[in-house]
Amino acid sequence: MKILNEMKIILPSNSVNEGAARAAVSSFLIQADPTVEELSDIRTAVSEAVTNAIVHGYRGTKGNIEIIVRLLSEREIYIRIKDRGCGISDVKQAMEPLFTTAPEEERSGLGFSVMESFTDKLRVSSKTGKGTTVTMRKRLGCNGNC
Amino acid sequence: MKINITSENGTAIAVLCGEIDHHSARTLRSEIDRFVITMQPERLAMDFSGITFMDSSGIGLIIGRYKLMKEWGGQLEIRGTQPYIRRVLKLSGIERIVKIV
Repeated sequence: MKILNEMKIILPSNSVNEGAARAAVSSFLIQADPTVEELSDIRTAVSEAVTNAIVHGYRGTKGNIEIIVRLLSEREIYIRIKDRGCGISDVKQAMEPLFTTAPEEERSGLGFSVMESFTDKLRVSSKTGKGTTVTMRKRLGCNGNC
Repeated sequence: MKINITSENGTAIAVLCGEIDHHSARTLRSEIDRFVITMQPERLAMDFSGITFMDSSGIGLIIGRYKLMKEWGGQLEIRGTQPYIRRVLKLSGIERIVKIV
């Protein structure tokens, strides 16, 4: 699929940057003319992935979060969010609804479920000690029926 | 993020405005808990009509307040949710334990 436009941003893992990441991705995607609901879905999915990087990936430490957003042909959106934190030892278990390793912070364990529900495709790859990469795709204008 | 908490006939009403994410949830949590623990109301109503964004951190915030209210037999009520917020709530299944008005 052809890349029509691309944005890459790197943010330090400060929790205030959860909002900054959402705002930056939203601003970039306005050119694709998404509906309010589509933009809302993408903002939420991005917020979940960035929060996971801060709360779980860099737990107790600091690092950078790299966000790449691509506007592809046929109105497809590609988003990649990458950290170089502690990684996830069991991705399958981490993706189970309500599973959390941070209950003391009132994490609901629904981050991956939200990402999965609010996008068309979700891929999570992780290596312990190396970090986690979340890739999401969403086609605009098809209401989940493409 | 803004929060205004008042009390009326045994009900604490927390009116939330702005965006709820992991960053803002911490402040909201401590502001609500400080008020509610002192007052121990029969009911806590969280009003979401001024919320413009919420991710799953909002679910954690609601579940945490539900557990807190249960400590003295109080009830939690969620008010003023926009359709978008209701999608996140529905995904969590929280409407099975918390009253959503």
